[in-house]
Amino acid sequence: MMHTKTLTRITYLALLALLLLAPTLGLYPVFVMKLLCFALFACAFNLLLGFTGLLSFGHAAFFGSAAYVTGWFVKSQGWTPELAILAGGVAAGLIGLVVGLVAIRRQGIYFAMITLAIAQMIYFVCLQASFTGGEDGLQGVPRGNLFGLISLQSDTTLYYFVAAVFVLSFLAIGRVVNSPFGQVLKMIRENEPRAVSLGYQVDRYKLLAFVLSAALAGVAGSLKTIVMGFATLTDVHWSMSGEVILMTLLGGVGTFFGPVFGAGIVISLQNLLADKVGSWVTVIIGVIFVLCVLTFRKGVVGELQAFRERRRRAAL
Amino acid sequence: MDIFGIPHQAFLGQLLLGLVNGAFYAMLSLGLAVIFGLLGIVNFAHGALYMLGAFTAWILFDQFGLNYWYALVLAPLIVGAAGVVIERLFLKHLYKLDPLYGLLLTFGLALILEGVFRELYGVSGQNYNVPEQLSGATNLGFMVLPNYRAWVVLVSLVVCLGTWYLIERTRLGAYLRAGTENAQLVQTFGVNVPMMVMLTYGAGAGLAGLAGVLAAPIIQVSPLMGSNLIIVVFAVVVIGGMGSILGSVVTGLGLGLIEGMTRVFYPEASSIVVFVIMVLVLMVRPSGLFGKEN
Repeated sequence: MMHTKTLTRITYLALLALLLLAPTLGLYPVFVMKLLCFALFACAFNLLLGFTGLLSFGHAAFFGSAAYVTGWFVKSQGWTPELAILAGGVAAGLIGLVVGLVAIRRQGIYFAMITLAIAQMIYFVCLQASFTGGEDGLQGVPRGNLFGLISLQSDTTLYYFVAAVFVLSFLAIGRVVNSPFGQVLKMIRENEPRAVSLGYQVDRYKLLAFVLSAALAGVAGSLKTIVMGFATLTDVHWSMSGEVILMTLLGGVGTFFGPVFGAGIVISLQNLLADKVGSWVTVIIGVIFVLCVLTFRKGVVGELQAFRERRRRAAL
Repeated sequence: MDIFGIPHQAFLGQLLLGLVNGAFYAMLSLGLAVIFGLLGIVNFAHGALYMLGAFTAWILFDQFGLNYWYALVLAPLIVGAAGVVIERLFLKHLYKLDPLYGLLLTFGLALILEGVFRELYGVSGQNYNVPEQLSGATNLGFMVLPNYRAWVVLVSLVVCLGTWYLIERTRLGAYLRAGTENAQLVQTFGVNVPMMVMLTYGAGAGLAGLAGVLAAPIIQVSPLMGSNLIIVVFAVVVIGGMGSILGSVVTGLGLGLIEGMTRVFYPEASSIVVFVIMVLVLMVRPSGLFGKEN
């Protein structure tokens, strides 16, 4: 039987190859890019839920505000895409700092309700502020030139840029989770009072995790604006916060690849069904939510891992 | 006569509107608190059940010609029955799990309900008329009081106080409170706890349904009416803390009033004022105004 580590390594390489070859496989590039944006969003969210044990019900606030910030800098200020994405990530991180400071004052279920409420407040601000374009949002955001040099007009060029940002962010998340800092986060997830009694300043760790997650969610939102060319109220709406939870839950909370899988399933489903069934998409998403919670709490990747673990135990 | 430079009729009108909104906050947060107390589930579907109540009233009239007064009795029962079904089919599998799963499952249920009604009736609202016995307005001398709004505030106060009495002053309420503290022990004393839990969820759902019927003549009956409200109600619950029943009623009404006043003085902020207050309260008293930190 193959060693788990080798198997993981092979999976990683195969997925990387798939990522690099995707444009040549006849997949619609804008679709794959959108998928990567949401996969990054879900991975950022998973950093908080999966590895720190905090359920934020307001991550759309970071995704969406960064989408607006990037759109505004590119469209009105003529910034290059990489700077505008950086600005979006920084803005989302700062908002995350403020939201996090308030939200970590409560735990568990209250944490979820507080993040949801603050995100709704940010939604209303986006609805009324002048630079967001209100109900219309920011439309027709140009892709611009990377570093002012490379035109992103071609889908293939943009694709490799998006893929690069995704891989780098994904590796960064992996680095964070496997660092000593990440170990403390996992300890907080497993047993917070224990972490406190061992002398860790739990709130600081939670806050930093929250800010990192918010900033990365922001990068995902910014990237989405560049890819799709618009930022709208949908990006900051609570249903977006719900979707990212679903992606993570469906793929597997606390696994590395789970959120990517989950995002793939949800985005493909939306793409397939959008023009065929109208509002039933919401119903289907609701049904998946219910089924996930009732029967499938580990998610696709989580269940696979559990299955492999059982087989390994049986073989011993 | 002006109050702070605002014509007093407009001022009192907004205040009354705030009180009406506050009555809905109070009724919904009360139901959330009762459900959370016994089931340990934050019921995200509460907004959807409220929407279901309003739609039931509308359908009863539209399809069966039953007027407001029938709806006032039937709709809460129907929504309560739906609640019982939801509890039996879904929620009872979750009691041993992290409460977050309850939130996620009820969120899914809310999406399903909302999506179905959106598919059937579209997003534009349906009109539901004020019953003729309550239409018109009474001139109180210092202001003109629309009868129906006064009725809503009155009913919700009666319902909230009734719920308080039921839970704090009756034997059934004592079982409920004991079940909240230690369900297993209550079970060993021969109380049918699963039945009690089921009926509690049903009652909470019925309360949301009743709020929906009361709201139907004031706002447009639309599939989206619940989801926007429920998030504000969550903020209300965070502000008040889920520990005390009277606390959630007072918080609900108070926040409605504050929202109404904001609409007079600084309308742009009226949609976010409750959230701002939530942030302030969390800074000063993280467990909420009436909450007990555990």
